[in-house]
Amino acid sequence: MGAPLLEVENLKVHFETEDGLVKAVDGISYTVDRGQTLGIVGESGSGKSVSSLTVMGLTRSRNARISGTVRFNGKDLLGASEEDMRSIRGNDIAMIFQDPLSSLHPFYKVGAQIAEGVRAHRDVSKAQAWDRAVEMLSLVGIPEPRKRADAYPHEFSGGMRQRAMIAMALANDPKLLIADEPTTALDVTVQAQILELIERLQSEFDTAVVVITHDLGVVAEMADEISVMYAGRIVEKADTDTIFAAPEHPYTWGLLSSIPRLDASRDEELVPIPGRPPSLINLPGGCSFHPRCPYVREAHKKVDPKLEPVAGNPGHQSACLLDSSVRRKLWSELRTGVKPDEARADVMAAEEKAV
Amino acid sequence: MSTGTGASDLLHADDHGIDQIVAGEAPVAARSPLALFWRRFRKDKVALVALTFIVLLVLVAILAPVIRNLVGAPPPGQTSTDALDDFGLPQGPTSEHLFGVDSIGRDIFARVLDGARVSLLVAFIGTGLSVTIGVTLGMIAGFFRGWVDTLIARVIDILLAFPVLLLGLGLASACSTKDGCLGGALEPGLTIVIFIIVLSNWPYVARIIRGQVLSLREKEFVEASRSLGAGNMRIIFREILPNLVAPIIVYASLFIPANILLEAALSFLGVGVTGQASWGQMLSEATGKIDTAWWYMFFPGMALLLTVLAFNLVGDGMQDALNPKGNKQK
Amino acid sequence: MAAYIARRLLWVVFLLFTITCITFVIFSVLPSGDPAVARAGRSPSPQLVEVIRVQLGLDKSKPEQFINYIGDILPFVGGNGIYLGFSYQNNTDVLPEILERLPVTIFLATGAVILWLSIGIPLGVLSAVKTGSALDRIAMGIALLFISAPVYFFGLVALYLFDDQIGIWPILPGNSAYGEADSLLGKAEALIMPWCVLAAAFAAIYARFLRGNLIDTLQEDYIRTARAKGLSERRVIFRHGVRAAITPIVTLLGLDIGILLGGAILTETVFNIPGIGRYAFNAITVSDLPVIQGTVLFGAFFIVMMSLIVDILYAFIDPRVRY
Repeated sequence: MGAPLLEVENLKVHFETEDGLVKAVDGISYTVDRGQTLGIVGESGSGKSVSSLTVMGLTRSRNARISGTVRFNGKDLLGASEEDMRSIRGNDIAMIFQDPLSSLHPFYKVGAQIAEGVRAHRDVSKAQAWDRAVEMLSLVGIPEPRKRADAYPHEFSGGMRQRAMIAMALANDPKLLIADEPTTALDVTVQAQILELIERLQSEFDTAVVVITHDLGVVAEMADEISVMYAGRIVEKADTDTIFAAPEHPYTWGLLSSIPRLDASRDEELVPIPGRPPSLINLPGGCSFHPRCPYVREAHKKVDPKLEPVAGNPGHQSACLLDSSVRRKLWSELRTGVKPDEARADVMAAEEKAV
Repeated sequence: MSTGTGASDLLHADDHGIDQIVAGEAPVAARSPLALFWRRFRKDKVALVALTFIVLLVLVAILAPVIRNLVGAPPPGQTSTDALDDFGLPQGPTSEHLFGVDSIGRDIFARVLDGARVSLLVAFIGTGLSVTIGVTLGMIAGFFRGWVDTLIARVIDILLAFPVLLLGLGLASACSTKDGCLGGALEPGLTIVIFIIVLSNWPYVARIIRGQVLSLREKEFVEASRSLGAGNMRIIFREILPNLVAPIIVYASLFIPANILLEAALSFLGVGVTGQASWGQMLSEATGKIDTAWWYMFFPGMALLLTVLAFNLVGDGMQDALNPKGNKQK
Repeated sequence: MAAYIARRLLWVVFLLFTITCITFVIFSVLPSGDPAVARAGRSPSPQLVEVIRVQLGLDKSKPEQFINYIGDILPFVGGNGIYLGFSYQNNTDVLPEILERLPVTIFLATGAVILWLSIGIPLGVLSAVKTGSALDRIAMGIALLFISAPVYFFGLVALYLFDDQIGIWPILPGNSAYGEADSLLGKAEALIMPWCVLAAAFAAIYARFLRGNLIDTLQEDYIRTARAKGLSERRVIFRHGVRAAITPIVTLLGLDIGILLGGAILTETVFNIPGIGRYAFNAITVSDLPVIQGTVLFGAFFIVMMSLIVDILYAFIDPRVRY
């Protein structure tokens, strides 16, 4: 196997603001192989969107300070010229966004917006580009594509708009598709259809996909690997099965227990993570998650945890200061339906005994 | 003129991200909205200078007679042939008449001071009344809804579709004939100018306030207050009104300079302020004399220009400080 | 679409009727002075006043006077054969006088509109794209200055500086030059200064408005999409940004044209241009109420008609507008 398609190394995106330095992305690394799907999961403001916009070269603020490396197909993207980036955007790397209505231009016909993207990268006539747009619309399952290409975005339903966005993104056969919260703005019933569509097209075109979401449920089916982000950093990464079966970070536990599980009993309560994401200007000292972590110790407020391989599984990394055995014990209790508070009490008691 | 490098600039980098976080938590949240507003406004040096100018101008207007005595200028209405030369042409600026005199020998400095009083009086009273009426009717419409709302909203729609200023000009000129209007009940002058200002301004205020109240009354904190047994009055004054301060300030800051210009324009056309010196009226009188007496148009014109400019600068500064992410002027 | 236009037309008819009523009240009911006396001149005999009263139909009831007033400008109604009232001062019907001056006002307005659009739009776009740059700051500073200065003061300053009779640099025909010019070219030359003075304030307003709009638009999600497609920055800004940001300008422009066609009263007054505005101003100075009433009504007509045109036009340029 050659080099990965996308390689992000120690990427930092900081913004200088009146109120201080916002560390939106603070040293994250990940790779995506051809045809593979990576899920990046985190609450809003965890830096997941900023990091992928940076990959696309779309972090346009004058106050952004970007460091690290982003290599795509072996080519350094952060150092690339604007002209080079332009030829990559929408051609090799395409992106779809959360709200398809606001992401489509209200004044242009859907077909024209897709055709425009085609003509930006291909030397084809307007008619050919239009035909390609119609072809793509039919591919993403829009009925009567020739007629619908002639309609404006506001004449589409939410799901159809997102299909059109996907058609636009895939029109140039990109090698990598970044989907930023692709289903968040959609009805629950439509969400599954869109995810299915992305999966189907991915296998058809052998596209690598990065799915960014706040909802682990979205990536459960489609992702090969998952990175969990919190406050600008990756706090846990592993293959999807491991994330769901043996997560090692309290934040991931929190995310897992806030999604409904199909295999759980009906009366299982969903437990939201208490508190709010921290200010990225004044990050809490030590582990950034400590103010919201039910299992916090005094020491965690001072030591900054590193993302380290979990014992026994080199592909699984976690940034948590809790002892590995404690983490496993906690998780095994939590998955049987124990509340975080109860689990915490148990661990405390066990530790006291040990002392 | 927002050129801020605020956190809001980053909005397009992550539209559901940074802004929320920067504003969401300590230490930013620890500041009160007013302190935050002042902190942002203070950074705008130009607006601060303009604000200082306005404060001085208000003082000058209030103390006009005192200042006039200090520099030894005659009263604004006093004519004097001494200041006219042998051909009956007015004199330019001298130590005796700082800004020169007009064609019937009145001291322009004293008249510019007098004009400041008129300008500010009309602008403040007109704007104040418009905002009061607009806020009151807008709140009634938005809060009580029902037929009251329908009625007020219709009136607003119709007034906004009307060429109110043009009709106002007509009214002012119809009532500027020597007999006035309605058997003298509507006299030409200040009253009609303020009436026109209020008539043309209040629908804009009412419309925006109505919209805000309609959305505010559904907010959680209002619901919470209601469930705690708060009465309508309490909800209006304690929960809703404080949230309307920002749009009210923005509108007032837009209206004041516009109203100063409106008063000046009406007075320029001869249907505005009578009996007192007004900048617009002085410019009108100066129209035929620009070749012989430049000071006649220059001083009132500059007074008008600087005053409106200062209010516009402060208004821009306030809007930027209240709403740093919006760049819209309206 | 047809139903939409029909609805708008009905609304326009309602507005115009109401405006006509209101102007009638303002000019014929509110004023305390007797128009017949005003018409009769200095110390008239009571008999003369009576004759005039009958002549102008002032002996009739107010409703009858109103029908007489509007009758002749409406199809099929008919009145007393006086179109839009009778000018005391000029001894003529008002409407023909207005129509005679309309081309002058149209000439003034058209030139100014072209000038301010061709300055305001590029400046607004440039300022928005280069927000915070020296160019943006200087342009917006000057714009604010122009917005703050009353057009008549700028007009006076322009005359003082450039008028070919009295100016410090006598390079342009100025006061009254339009009426004196006999060729079209001469008239155009006479309008150079008024065009510039009138356009300055509007160019400033449009530049500020477009700048603000474009800055907001460039933060829209669909601009991000356009960039993500790999379009050139030029195309992103013009095809996607400006196309959306400039649309509301149509509304602004329509209303401004409507207002100007009714007479650029201040500009026409300062430069003594014989348009509708100057006609109205002259009438104001001599309290010739029927003329003021006629010009107000005429101006209101343009404003209402332009807002109708704008509404219909808007439906074509913004596909989201539903009829």
